[in-house]
Amino acid sequence: MVRFLIRRVLLGIFVLWVVSMAVFYLFFGLNKSGPNAVASRICGKQCTTQQINAVKTRLHLNAPLPKQYWYFLFGYPGKDDPNGLPRNHGILHGDLGYSYVNQQSVNTTIKQSFPITLSLAVGSAVLWLAMGLASGILSAIRPRSLLDRTFTFLALFFYSMPTFVLGVLLLLLLFYQLTVHGVSWFPAGGYVNLTDNPAEWARHMLLPWFTLAAVTSAAYTRLTRGSMLDVLGEDYIRTARAKGLTERRVVFRHGLRAALTPIVTQFGIDLGTLLGGAIITEQVFNLPGLGFQAVRAITSNDLPIIIGVVVIATTAIVLANLVIDILYAVLDPRVRLH
Amino acid sequence: MALLEVNDLQVSFSTPDGVLKAVRGLSFSVDEGKTLGIVGESGSGKSVATQTIMGLTQGARISGEALFEGHDLLQMSTHQLQHIRGAQVGMIFQDPLSSLHPYYRVGWQLIEMIRAHDKSVGKHKARDRAVELLRLVGIPQPDRRVDDFPHQFSGGMRQRAMIAMAMALNPKLVIADEPTTALDVTVQAQVLAVMKRLQEEFGTAIIMITHDLGVIADVADDVVVMYAGKAMETGDRSTIFYRHHNPYTEGLLLSLPAYGDDRERLHPISGQPPSLITLPAGCPFRPRCPYAFDKCVEEPPLFDIGRAGDHQSACWLPTDMRKREKVRRDTLGKAAEVVAVDTSEV
Ligand SMILES: Nc1ncnc2c1ncn2[C@@H]1O[C@H](COP(=O)(O)OP(=O)(O)OP(=O)(O)O)[C@@H](O)[C@H]1O
Ligand code: SF4
Ligand SMILES: [Mg+2]
Repeated sequence: MVRFLIRRVLLGIFVLWVVSMAVFYLFFGLNKSGPNAVASRICGKQCTTQQINAVKTRLHLNAPLPKQYWYFLFGYPGKDDPNGLPRNHGILHGDLGYSYVNQQSVNTTIKQSFPITLSLAVGSAVLWLAMGLASGILSAIRPRSLLDRTFTFLALFFYSMPTFVLGVLLLLLLFYQLTVHGVSWFPAGGYVNLTDNPAEWARHMLLPWFTLAAVTSAAYTRLTRGSMLDVLGEDYIRTARAKGLTERRVVFRHGLRAALTPIVTQFGIDLGTLLGGAIITEQVFNLPGLGFQAVRAITSNDLPIIIGVVVIATTAIVLANLVIDILYAVLDPRVRLH
Repeated sequence: MALLEVNDLQVSFSTPDGVLKAVRGLSFSVDEGKTLGIVGESGSGKSVATQTIMGLTQGARISGEALFEGHDLLQMSTHQLQHIRGAQVGMIFQDPLSSLHPYYRVGWQLIEMIRAHDKSVGKHKARDRAVELLRLVGIPQPDRRVDDFPHQFSGGMRQRAMIAMAMALNPKLVIADEPTTALDVTVQAQVLAVMKRLQEEFGTAIIMITHDLGVIADVADDVVVMYAGKAMETGDRSTIFYRHHNPYTEGLLLSLPAYGDDRERLHPISGQPPSLITLPAGCPFRPRCPYAFDKCVEEPPLFDIGRAGDHQSACWLPTDMRKREKVRRDTLGKAAEVVAVDTSEV
């Protein structure tokens, strides 16, 4: 178990290294104009070449690629200047640097956006599992019943619906149309801190959660149904019935328990997709989460923010997968972690 | 009164290819403390028949009656059946690995069985009982092995655990569906010995389903020989082995290694059991029967053989062995003629 953990942490660090190298290469190695674009943007339209060069020097944008990566790891050279620009101390000191564009600390930006994306991701994951599992189980208990067919239809409907279309559609119907008719159940977007006002937080997150959960939960309806149907045909389910257990116990304690394993595996795989969907959902509902920041940073060539988001998102996915793998071993006693 | 009396049981499934008649009018009875052997080739409906009795076949059309202590199991609600399953009738299945839940400890599964029917038993007491049961079926170090998962047990130990589970509540009847088929020969003998020992100790009645006449010879008091969803011959063990009447029983016996005339060669019954969807008219064994004659185009009912009323056979053959040999010779003669005609035509 300890060796498994060490191996996975090392693997996670390796993944982070590869991903961050790739981003740096994309920015400095491939896209030669990246630094120039940043500098001229910061400087403004009227800037002379000289002024642009001054900005580039100030932001250390002239250094070659390997040096840039070194800065990323260990920070910029020199001492802190209390009156000048804040100095990046490097990721190894826990400092993700400062935005090229507005000099804001990346750490602060991420600290502000992370809870938003986390709220979105966790909430919609819970919602998607709840909807997917419940409808899948109900379908599997009575295959080919009206309920089963209804769920199958709904699953296909939502499965073929792109996230952004669903988000815009929900806004149109549940925000715009309702508000026009004088009912304002749902806000147009934006975020309220959970700690400030839990009820408002939920009210603001409801549509984004559903938008992000719908597509995946449709897939989980089918997955759960199939997995449950397979399991309910197993010999040990017959044994459970032959023991005189109630049907409820047979389905949940014996059936669902075994059907859960492939679902958990799939869940681990889908966590990555979740972040992808979060980017779109945050745009549609105007939630300033990680995805939102990333999109803004990419359009303004703001490398420190991009790399910050990438590092945090990658770490989150690596950690989540680690948890899933441990959960998998807990669920299936035949699985040994190695 | 018999402990279990099954009368004219019929079970059919609707399949995409048509109606499949898995059990076609099966009757048998089991007395308290006795062992009934049900033997027959694969697909003859042994499992379907016994599982239907316990309400474990889904999506089937069922008729007939199955009186357990006088109450018809086939008329009971699921709720009523749940009180009988496990507590009154234990079941053991063919493959012990797939029949035990892979994610729960063996002890947990035993405790669940004990507490499902009597909530007043405390967890600790149930666990002690589980250990005791494992000891009873001969599992070494039961106090430790009780916490193992099924995959940590050997095949024989798993089947012992299944037996422990089926016997946990001291049921009146245990239905064992090919409990030894998945095990190797020495382990088979051990498992059968455990069952016999428990039967003597607790007076349990057993339905032993098998396609192995060796197992029948070992444990059965009475025997039902099944073919294509019905009983071909019923009688006590010595009748079936030494005074059988039905050609199908004879075929099964001749395919036993130590029973046929020379011990080297096996004589499996040639041909395949018929399709249960498009069952040919007449005796279902006719296409494979070496005795088949004119009369066999009609399906024979279960005749009483002898006067005692304890031996029945579904076959048109005369009971007198000499007359019977004549039928066979006539049949063989005709078959030879047919072959001769065939070759002359080529
Ligand atoms: N749920 C079902 N739906 C359709 N047909 C079924 C179903 N269950 C069993 N059958 C069919 O019923 C027939 C009898 O099957 P059964 O399992 O009772 O045979 P068996 O005598 O137990 O054979 P074996 O020795 O292989 O266990 C087979 O042809 C089988 O295909
Ligand atoms: S009835 Fe005819 S075909 Fe059937 S077993 Fe008897 S002799 Fe053979
Ligand atoms: Mg069977």
